[in-house]
Amino acid sequence: MVNDRELEVLINEIYEYYGYDFSGYSLASFKRRIDRLYNLDGFKNFTEFLSVVRSDEDYFKRMVEEITVNVTEMFRDPLFYKVLRNEVLPVLATKPFIRVWHAGCSTGEEVYSMAILLQEANLLHKSLLYATDLNPTVLDSARKGVFQLRMMKQYSENYIVSGGKKDFSEYYTAHYGLAKFRDELSEKLVFSQHNLVSDRSFNEFDLILCRNVLIYFDKDLQEKALQLFDDSLSKLSYLALGTKETIKFSPMHKRYEQLNREKIWRKIK
Amino acid sequence: MEKDKVIPGCRLLIIGGSAGSLEVLLKILPPLTSISFSLVIVLHRKSAEDNTLEELIAAKTVVPVTEVEDKTPMLPGYIYIAPSDYHVLFENDDTLSLDTSEKVNYSRPSIDVSFESAADVYGPALCAILLSGANADGTAGLVAVRKAGGTIIVQDPETAGMPFMPNNAIENFIPDMVLNVEEIGEFVRGAIHK
Repeated sequence: MVNDRELEVLINEIYEYYGYDFSGYSLASFKRRIDRLYNLDGFKNFTEFLSVVRSDEDYFKRMVEEITVNVTEMFRDPLFYKVLRNEVLPVLATKPFIRVWHAGCSTGEEVYSMAILLQEANLLHKSLLYATDLNPTVLDSARKGVFQLRMMKQYSENYIVSGGKKDFSEYYTAHYGLAKFRDELSEKLVFSQHNLVSDRSFNEFDLILCRNVLIYFDKDLQEKALQLFDDSLSKLSYLALGTKETIKFSPMHKRYEQLNREKIWRKIK
Repeated sequence: MEKDKVIPGCRLLIIGGSAGSLEVLLKILPPLTSISFSLVIVLHRKSAEDNTLEELIAAKTVVPVTEVEDKTPMLPGYIYIAPSDYHVLFENDDTLSLDTSEKVNYSRPSIDVSFESAADVYGPALCAILLSGANADGTAGLVAVRKAGGTIIVQDPETAGMPFMPNNAIENFIPDMVLNVEEIGEFVRGAIHK
């Protein structure tokens, strides 16, 4: 296993050579990701690994892709989407314009899910969804709106549990093992690179979704990211996190009201 | 090592198990009144959004059961249960981190992941118990626990509903103890409850 000292060297070198700052990542998780990559690619010693990371930019790209976790699905945790559908969207509907930010959107499955929810609530036409990630490769993939066809059975089931009433297959065209989602869904989506560690607030939003991203940060960086979200939320707007994430360890929670037991908080002050 | 031997300085006990483990836990936990260490339970479970397992275990013990969320502080005297669909990792500051990365041994939570991460942080202060199950998860993790100087206990496969998992561990190394269900109960109550 890579030790703490080596990890520190690696983090410093990455920052120096590429400008990515992983120093605020959860040590336990980051170490496991690096370990996994190190073993997967068969490095013999840490020095060799370090030298490849430093000198080979393509390898560094691979590393970023492998250590950032991109496990996602459409309507992930369907009951969460049901609450969005039934309790959050009716409130947002009263606004003249709806701005949504998916921070850490990965390959975009949840962004398209949100677009479907908004369309079914007849709100998509007055919405704009910003979807950001630090990894440009997943953003390229997200922009296409193309997902594996074999996943559609699961996604369709999720969609139904989330309260969807339509035939899910109406939303995509199947083609050689792939499902291409309808263009009208992506018209209101803006994908761009944004790093929660180093970039700042870029707009004010009515709903920010950041699901299963903060778990990879340590407490200080979580606090910093939450502050960034706070700066980007207008009063009475919503923040949604992953099912096992919470703002209760942050002083910020005093200014937010939790929606029952859901991982959705409303900014009240 | 004898089953009544005190493990000094055990700060963390992790019990890992799969099919056939819940019934073992339901025998071990009710007689526990208090524990001087943190107990983390990593069971293979169906991915679901409910808290059935937490509720079931909480109903069977007076030791408080805490819901695990990301960065939950881990305190002595409490039971923590790995949530479905997340790996549980251990931070240097005694908090628990969650991780949704790929399954390990077809499992999330994976026992190997938690054993390995805890071994790295707690070393000799870690005690790991592997129970019944039908897959190979846990063995690699126990190897890491051993390397880090922790204590390893494996359920006697003869007494396991599904012997594959404990057998697989025993075929790969010699645990500190191989115990039946009653002995595991005594061990948890006595040996490290000091």
